[in-house]
Amino acid sequence: MSGEFLGISAIYWIIIAGALVTYAARFGGHLVLSRFDSIPPRVDAALNAVPAAVITTLVAPAAVSNGLAEGITILIVLAAGLRFPLMAIFGIGWVAIVALRAAGL
Amino acid sequence: MTFDRREFLAGMRASLPVVVSAAPFGMLFGALAVDNGLSVGEAVAMSAAVYGGASQMVGIELFGHDIAPWMIVFSIFAVNFRHVLYSASIGRHMQLMNGWQKAVAFFFLTDPQYAASETRVERGQPLGFGWYMGLALAIYVPWVLESWIGALFGRLITDPEALGIDFLLPIYFLALLLEFRGRNHWLPVVIASAIGSVAAIHLVGSPWHVSLGALCGIAVAVLLPPKAPLDLDEPIPAEGHMEAGE
Repeated sequence: MSGEFLGISAIYWIIIAGALVTYAARFGGHLVLSRFDSIPPRVDAALNAVPAAVITTLVAPAAVSNGLAEGITILIVLAAGLRFPLMAIFGIGWVAIVALRAAGL
Repeated sequence: MTFDRREFLAGMRASLPVVVSAAPFGMLFGALAVDNGLSVGEAVAMSAAVYGGASQMVGIELFGHDIAPWMIVFSIFAVNFRHVLYSASIGRHMQLMNGWQKAVAFFFLTDPQYAASETRVERGQPLGFGWYMGLALAIYVPWVLESWIGALFGRLITDPEALGIDFLLPIYFLALLLEFRGRNHWLPVVIASAIGSVAAIHLVGSPWHVSLGALCGIAVAVLLPPKAPLDLDEPIPAEGHMEAGE
């Protein structure tokens, strides 16, 4: 990637444009929604499901497409998650993945 | 409107798992960016301006090929399109922020920022500008510094797998996910999103599995009848949910 426009390299222009479209996505959802006077119940139900739905997609592929150590760690974190606060679960999961991998699973 | 220093520090503390998990990725981005022909300054500028790990990786991957600039920009947008959902969802809980504060806050709305903010709302705690920015800056500043260090020195951590660091974000997100189990239709939403995301990552590829998988879960939530709690082992919580053992 080479060339200049207004004394700024093509790469910097791409970075600037990439930053603008990213910001548009991060602001856009709220902007569209804030035009509603009141949020329809179905839309509200949909948005209430967004956190669990999105966070699941950040976990599920990593949980099933890795090896045994990762699978067991997921189960340990699930069990710990019913009992302990967030930071403790994180620590337990970290110890589990290191230990299970060291054990050769 | 108010900026609470204690809230700011609480936000910073909440960033700890994210900062640890993201560190190797920040350095990896810097190293790969230089490998793909970016200068150190360009690599750091990209982390500072775009501030989205997956989209930055896709961007520098395309810099290495002979691809039209608008295609690279479009790819960055495609990877970050899921943030529209985050924005719509968390924006409903930003009443404590004024217009300018929201405009600043949305710049920092990454995956972990979104997940941690929703978790705070779920716990019934206020989502003020102070807490939000404490979390945001404690993630943002190291991210930019790590890409700079990675760009200067290459890959410092040679074996993140032995340290388990590559698997820390899934662990962190799973721990957050469990905090939402008091919500309506939590289990059907999680199952649908899990199936959808695993199918999508094989059929379409990353990062579309996030948007497509999430849409599966959201569709289930819309189609199921409202206010029918399936969570039988907990009475319907009035506000937030109780931690087991409390």
